[in-house]
Formats: sequence, structure tokens, C-alpha cells
Amino acid sequence: MINLFEVAETNKMIEEENLDVRTITLGISLLDCIDSDLERLKEKIYRKVYDAAKDLVKTGEKISREYGIPIVNKRISLTPVALVGGAACKTIEDFASIAMTLDQVAKEVDVNFIGGYSALVCKGMTPADELLIRSIPLALSATERVCSSVNLGSTRTGINMDAVKLMGEIIRETAERTKENDSLGCAKLVAFCNAPDDNPFMAGAFHGVTEADKVINVGVSGPGVVKTALEQVRGENFEVLCETIKKTAFKVTRVGQLVAKEASRLLDVPFGIVDLSLAPTPAVGDSVADILCEIGLERAGAPGTTAALALLNDQVKKGGVMASSYVGGLSGAFIPVSEDQGMIDAVKAGALSLEKLEAMTCVCSVGLDMIAIPGDTKATTISGIIADEMAIGMVNQKTTAVRLIPVVGKGVGETVEFGGLLGYAPVMPVNPFSCDAFVNRGGRIPAPIHSFKN
Amino acid sequence: MAPLRAAGRIEEKVSDVRKVAEMEGNVDKTIITVVGKDTVGIIAKVCTYLADNDINILDISQTIVQEYFNMMMIVDTAGTSRQFGDMADELAALGEEIGVVIKCQKEEIFDKMHRI
Repeated sequence: MINLFEVAETNKMIEEENLDVRTITLGISLLDCIDSDLERLKEKIYRKVYDAAKDLVKTGEKISREYGIPIVNKRISLTPVALVGGAACKTIEDFASIAMTLDQVAKEVDVNFIGGYSALVCKGMTPADELLIRSIPLALSATERVCSSVNLGSTRTGINMDAVKLMGEIIRETAERTKENDSLGCAKLVAFCNAPDDNPFMAGAFHGVTEADKVINVGVSGPGVVKTALEQVRGENFEVLCETIKKTAFKVTRVGQLVAKEASRLLDVPFGIVDLSLAPTPAVGDSVADILCEIGLERAGAPGTTAALALLNDQVKKGGVMASSYVGGLSGAFIPVSEDQGMIDAVKAGALSLEKLEAMTCVCSVGLDMIAIPGDTKATTISGIIADEMAIGMVNQKTTAVRLIPVVGKGVGETVEFGGLLGYAPVMPVNPFSCDAFVNRGGRIPAPIHSFKN
Repeated sequence: MAPLRAAGRIEEKVSDVRKVAEMEGNVDKTIITVVGKDTVGIIAKVCTYLADNDINILDISQTIVQEYFNMMMIVDTAGTSRQFGDMADELAALGEEIGVVIKCQKEEIFDKMHRI
């Protein structure tokens, strides 16, 4: 039977070390909503999402209460809207009006984000894909809760450089359209390589076409728990360090698995996956950068950071995999800048540059995340940064992503406030040399040789 | 150490109930934790609430660390007509009265985390 010390350990994790379930995300397929009439399409989407998700928040709160574990976010991910709206949308305004419907239904069922305003263009763009991408600035400026993502490349297909070029322009335009709010629109827009179909985390969540009609995916968290566990093994060797991370990751993931199964049962929706990511928040003590410091670095970004992050990421997966029956999504350590106090401090101290962050993305989950850059950064430069990140994902057969915020009217050294879980960030310098001729070539980068596995 | 003696007595009494409940397999286990400054009658008040609401106590363990009272009860809520949320709220309110923090959580969260 459970003893007092085990109960105390769990509750200490929850009360003092910020253990929480970061998100329950309900994936909903919109493929059966497709219609050539735009109004009818929007009506069908609204009805399906509302019916599927009306009890989501209530169910999340019930589970949270019964187990005493905070469930921070309840969210919805949808089939990429470019696929659903293709038959009905002829203009960017048509697509943006679907975003408004999504925003409306998200507010109605009280989820804080709804993802899937997306296009999958890793090899080529259909006219609908391109129209959706071009509508993103309008859609994100006209809505509050809609999140958008675009998959620009994959290990199997290579990188669609036409789309990479376009995304540089779209990010700039989104920043411009939301400049009154420190270009907040860009915080809800992600460019991916190898985007997973079952990611529960925003802003990149969408419900892949390989998924069932509805599915529950859960994202766990717990950087604070890992950090506290590592405080007990200061000075010990790597074997002890790694074992400690694994054991902690196991415990954290078991909570995610429990919540996922319970949500699945109560909502009568199949359980999809648990995403094993270490997701930080701006709260003190909920930082991945602090774990890196606890491993032995003065600041995140110091020499040794990439190695420390690589071992952290690997041990989190090893510990987590056994704790859950199905693991998926992004699963790894997130290294957003604005959402992690330790990362913000490292940037301010001059320890962490964009280039070091890029190196770190080679060994961890996702990529250049929530990084504020000067508002006057050229579109082609943003495309160049995206292309670099896509190349890392393509060659290493992993998911990579870019979520940059060129903050209109702000320069290096100034600070941007996004608020809430999105946090705040110092504007970071970008390499000033041009990549115009590279980005403007057009076409696509072929798939790497090791993708030919048949 | 009055609370410890009380805990011992209550534990003896509930052991039979626990065995019967477990044999029948009809058990809905909740963990109640009570943490706060030690004072007279904490266990008595919590137990009275549980008895009044037909909640069986299956196990109690308790320690006092640096004058801080730390108790865990495993209870069976299968027999009560109270909703889980109401029970949790009422026990939390009772805790405020006594000056301790009382939390109710279903057992699975601990079981899943600490048992393979």
C-alpha cells in the first residue's frame, strides 16, 4: 500500500516543484466537414468542434480536482485547414473567415488555443495551401486563440524552399499586422520540418490526416521536478545523473498517462499519445535552463550546453517511454526563450546566442522557439534561419521548428512582453550578412541520401 | 503524542472493516493528507467528518516533523453519498477551521507514480 513518504513526495512535486499536466489536447478530424459552400463548411466545422469539445474543459477540471494535479491547458487540434477549406475558399478572406469561426468556437467551449490553421507543404503547395499561407497574417491578426503552423520539409521529401521563402514574408507580415501587441501574432505561428501528426503542444498542434476521427493527446511537464531531483546528486558522475533523470521522467510521465486515460474514458474519445516533453513556463523554478545549470553549467549557453541538453533529452525519453503505453508528439526538452526564466537570464547575461540555440536544437525537441528578433530583420534572413533549422531536422530525421517574433519597432536589447505562458523576451541580435541570393533561387532542396531506405 | 495513540486505536478498529471491503473488491480509495501545526483533536475532527459521511478509513499513518503534523489516511469512499468534489471542499473547509491543510486525491495518482 502507498505510504506517507510516497504521498508526500508526489504532493511536494505538485505544490513546490510545479509538476503539472501541461495540456489535454483533443484532436478532431474535419475531413467530414468538407463542403464547396463556405457558409455550410463553417457551420459544419462549428457544430462538429462544439459537439466534440463542449465537455473538454469541464472534464479536465474534474480530473484535476480528483487527483490534485493541475491541468494547465485544455486545447483543440484540427485537421489542417488548407485541406478542409480548399474546395470552398477562393480568396484569403475566405480562409480567414474559417479562422474566425475557429476562434468563435474556441471561445464558446472555453479552450485557450485551437490549432490546425495549417498547411502541409513539405514537397509542394496546392493553390489552397498557398492561399491559406497567404491568409495567415490576416487570420492571426483577426483572432485571439487560433494557432497556425506550416510544415515546410521532411526527411522523406526534402525542403520546399519556395514555401520557406514565402514563410519569411508571412512572418514579417504577421508581425506588422499585430505590431500593436508587440507582434504577438508570430507567437502563434510555427514553421516545421517533420511535423508530427499527434503533437498536443501549441502553437504547432494539428490533427494529422493519419489520425482517427477524434483523439486525446496529453503533454506532460515537470522541469522543476527534474531540477529538484538533480539537486540531490550534485557532484555525482554521469551514470548517477542519468539514472536520476530517468526515474524522475518516469514518475512525471505516469501522471500524464493516468490523466490521458481518464480523459479518454470520461470523454469517450480514444487515447492517442503522451508527449514526453519537458515544457518550461516563465514561473521561477519551472525552467529547462535551470536543469542545465544544475547539471553543471554556469549559464545555459556555456560550452557543454549541447552535450548536457543531449543527455537530458535522451534520459527523459528513456524514463518516459516505459511509463506510457503510447508515446508521441514532440517528446523532448523544449528550449523556448521567452517561456523560460533561465533562458531569458542567459540571453541577458550574454551567454546564449541565436547560433548556440541553433546548435542546441540538433539534440533536443523542436527548435528555435519564442525568440524575439529585431523588427527590421529582412524576410529573406528569416527564411534563411528557417532553412537552416529545416536542414537540421531533415538530415537528423527529427522534428525541428521555428517560431521567431520580429518585433516591429524594437531592436536588440529591448524587451517584449507577451504575457501569460508566453512570457517575455529580450530582443536578440541576428547575423547581419545577407542570404538573399540563396533564398531567392526557388524550387526545393532534395531529400537526403539516407531517406532512401526501401 | 496523543494523536499517535488515537491513530493507533483507530487503526485497530478499522482493520476489520478494511479486510471486509477489500475482500468484496468494492473499494474506491482516496488519500486524505493533513498537514499543519500540531494541535489537539485533528484526527478526531477528521474522523468524525468521515464517520458522519459513511466513509471508511482503511489505513492511517502519521508523523510529527518539527512540530508539524503530517498525516495520511487511505479511505474508501464507495459507501458515501457525497460527491468527490463536495467532500474535498468540506474537508478543506474543516482544515481551515483547525488550522491545517487537508487535501483529497484519488489513490491512483500515487499508485501510478510509485508502483510499476
